[in-house]
Amino acid sequence: MDTDAIQGFGRPETKDQLRFITCGSVDDGKSTLIGRLLHDRKMIYEDQLRALARDSVKHGTTGDDMDFALLVDGLEAEREQGITIDVAYRFFNTPHRSFMVADTPGHEQYTRNMATGASNAQLAIILIDARKGVLLQTKRHSFICSLLGIRHVVVAVNKIDLVNYSKEVFDRIVGDYVAFASGLNFASVVPIPMSARYGDNIINRSGNTDWYHGPCLMDYLESIDIASETAGMPFRFPVQWVNRPNLDFRGYAGTIASGSIAVGDEIVVAASGRNSHVKRIATYDGDLALAEIGDAVTITLEDEIDIGRGDILAKPTERPEVADQFAAHVIWMDQEALVPGRSYALRVGTQSIATASITAIKYKIDVNTRERLAAATLGLNEIGFCNITTALPVSFDAYEANRRTGSFIVIDRYTNRTVGAGMIAFALRRATNIAWQPLSIGKKERAELKNQKPCILWFTGLSGAGKSTIANIVDQKLFAKSYHTMLLDGDNVRHGLNRDLGFTEADRVENIRRAGEVAKLMVDGGLIVICAFISPYKAEREMVRDLVAKDEFIEVFVDTPIEECVRRDPKGLYSKAKSGKIKNFTGIDAPYEVPSNPEIRLSTVGQKPERLADQIIEDLSLRGIVQGG
Amino acid sequence: MNAQNMTRPETPTLPRHLRRLEAESIEIMRDVVAEFKKPVMLYSIGKDSSVMLHLAVKAFYPAKLPFPLMHVDTTWKFREMIAFRDETARRLGVDLIVHINKEGVARGINPIASGSSLHTQVMKTDALKQALDLYGFDAAFGGARRDEEKSRAKERIFSFRSPGHVWDPRNQRPELWNLFNTRIRRGETMRVFAISNWTELDVWEYIMLEKIPVVPLYFAKQRPVVHRNGALIMVDDERLPLQPNEKPEMKTIRFRTLGCYPLSGAIESAATTIEEIVAEMQVATVSERQGRLIDTDEAASMEKKKREGYF
Repeated sequence: MDTDAIQGFGRPETKDQLRFITCGSVDDGKSTLIGRLLHDRKMIYEDQLRALARDSVKHGTTGDDMDFALLVDGLEAEREQGITIDVAYRFFNTPHRSFMVADTPGHEQYTRNMATGASNAQLAIILIDARKGVLLQTKRHSFICSLLGIRHVVVAVNKIDLVNYSKEVFDRIVGDYVAFASGLNFASVVPIPMSARYGDNIINRSGNTDWYHGPCLMDYLESIDIASETAGMPFRFPVQWVNRPNLDFRGYAGTIASGSIAVGDEIVVAASGRNSHVKRIATYDGDLALAEIGDAVTITLEDEIDIGRGDILAKPTERPEVADQFAAHVIWMDQEALVPGRSYALRVGTQSIATASITAIKYKIDVNTRERLAAATLGLNEIGFCNITTALPVSFDAYEANRRTGSFIVIDRYTNRTVGAGMIAFALRRATNIAWQPLSIGKKERAELKNQKPCILWFTGLSGAGKSTIANIVDQKLFAKSYHTMLLDGDNVRHGLNRDLGFTEADRVENIRRAGEVAKLMVDGGLIVICAFISPYKAEREMVRDLVAKDEFIEVFVDTPIEECVRRDPKGLYSKAKSGKIKNFTGIDAPYEVPSNPEIRLSTVGQKPERLADQIIEDLSLRGIVQGG
Repeated sequence: MNAQNMTRPETPTLPRHLRRLEAESIEIMRDVVAEFKKPVMLYSIGKDSSVMLHLAVKAFYPAKLPFPLMHVDTTWKFREMIAFRDETARRLGVDLIVHINKEGVARGINPIASGSSLHTQVMKTDALKQALDLYGFDAAFGGARRDEEKSRAKERIFSFRSPGHVWDPRNQRPELWNLFNTRIRRGETMRVFAISNWTELDVWEYIMLEKIPVVPLYFAKQRPVVHRNGALIMVDDERLPLQPNEKPEMKTIRFRTLGCYPLSGAIESAATTIEEIVAEMQVATVSERQGRLIDTDEAASMEKKKREGYF
């Protein structure tokens, strides 16, 4: 082995790291290229080569030659199917740089993985099969790289050996690519003719392409300037953790996302607007006078101000945006589609937002043509431009200006799966300008006047379960006891406020959102609000629950088996649904998610509605909402 | 004060790529402490654990480590490892939990008679699950690296485990940017590989520059060994039964990775400094895991072990 890798070893100089991704279509040779880089950089050991030789016989696609792709295709299932189905990270090293490579799948349904690999990459190698030229997938991958903020692209025109090292073919492909990529946000596009399988123009310039005068791949990767990209960015310090080992030390631990900070500098907390000056920049290796992008430090301040995880420290003259509504590109990564209006959890930097919703999908983007299309939902691997509302104001920058403070992930609140990834474009409304109009008379006063405790009594269950019937009796009983109530019935609300909504999943979500907001206003007015809605999705019921105080939402699950509902069929709807005259009917061809922990569960079979209503009144009495018996 | 006019007072001791890796690992550790109720750091005494521990001390400075270390002891570790472990805990003043699968011991499980596969299953995998359940840890730091082994190249940094510590490669959360999804439900846990993106070379370079103590077994010395199944096995204590044709001989050897001594192959080497170790690594023709007998039990064996809950 050559010893140059060791020459840089242990010398505290300028050796840095470049993280890049490789992308291309199936069979373009991504894995082969990485295998080749690892092999030529001597990052493959003999025992690994022996395993490779064994595997080549078993699964290989290159005949008698060593199949480098097998070295990087990790999981058993992938080796058997011959495709890469997840992002793999590989490492190699030269005296000047260490490299981390994300090998991302080119298969159509795996946009998700490509975005994952691209999110931390500074450069992309986009492989093109010289025999095939620029394909739809090439355009898709380039678009995703551009969207994820990669500024440098190597166009690897691979398998150049299979077109007889032809300059004409190379030039034509480069021409096609450059014409297409002019619409993308790349700072540099460097085309290189190569053969990953035979090593042409990978580590050394190849004699087979004497017409090519540019760098070989490795020289280019070693020399490209990536530091200047982040120079001059404003200071951003997302607080990760408050370090308080004793009463004398209160430090804010985090990694500087951009810019630099010095002891004595004035800082401002983005969300609260409170300011102070930097007292110390503490690290285990001693205090620093100055810290900069990428440093993991602990900052202490001159003043005791309220700062916690999720806050961003900035300089007063260069503040991030603070808003509770913003527009963003969202890449959807889950089998279950994104539904506008549904609530999700977000993570934006170190900020965890428990409740957020996509209020509108402005359009989705055809990743092949970049065409904007209308969309009601976003499915797996679709990319949309959306409006997002958060329960609390978020501090951020536009993703184009700062990848660290402009990105977020979307999390399903129930399964906790990561279902989407987003890149913020701009604030829609500055939270600082929409302070609540203070009202002199509040919920408390209004409720006291009525001498009652307001709440939402939310009936959920299948159509025909008995929600409206029981709700109506409860309403009468409360009215008779002089309580101020209001009954919102799903069918009635659909005649007015929600007249424009149908029964698709998206419309059902919006139906409940509006009903919930109305119920909340009525609770603010001091009323006991009785709501009867099928409300089939857990997420929306929880969304309404979150609108009011903890003890103000009482979920009543009217638990009637579907067979019984069908038997009762008071409105003749089940027979219509079964004959196909009604679509998206809950329990027939649309789901009902059973409440896992309702405050009240009513089993209606064999019970009189009157008795069930009494049961609810008794429960309300225990909760202190109804006085006496 | 004007930032442009200032320079760092101390010359940074680390090259930029190591500073980046260090900062990244520290960020991961702080995230775990901020987001989980009861984290623990799995401490295996090896060089990767030494680096991880050093990073943790840095991450929470000036506070003490906000979580304990836990060593799952198979009772077959090198004696020098145990001595080093106890000395490290004492030196840094950290809480150390040592867990041994007592049922395994009672059943007489050992790497020699029971075979490496069963021994690893009972004394490492089962023992680890036992310990995590016993103490109710919801997040456990591990020192695995992506460059170690093929199936690990695709491992997440935050590796989600469903109840029963099950790892399903098809049910892992996508990881974008530095935005880790730390949400779990009751019974679910997270393994967190804070040095995922370090390579073996990075680890050694960092140990050297940061002067991090490591177990002396990594450095060459005269030690008693026998040749067995193509590997050099050190006779660390009298429990190693010798075959009739085996005779311990003194050789200058060292280890690239450390585990249970009957399962750890030594290499003949004269490297007594980290510089020499790295120089040797550069000309090595086999990977570090080659000395581990457990990886090659069967095809794709590491992936299988991971599904079962091995680290």
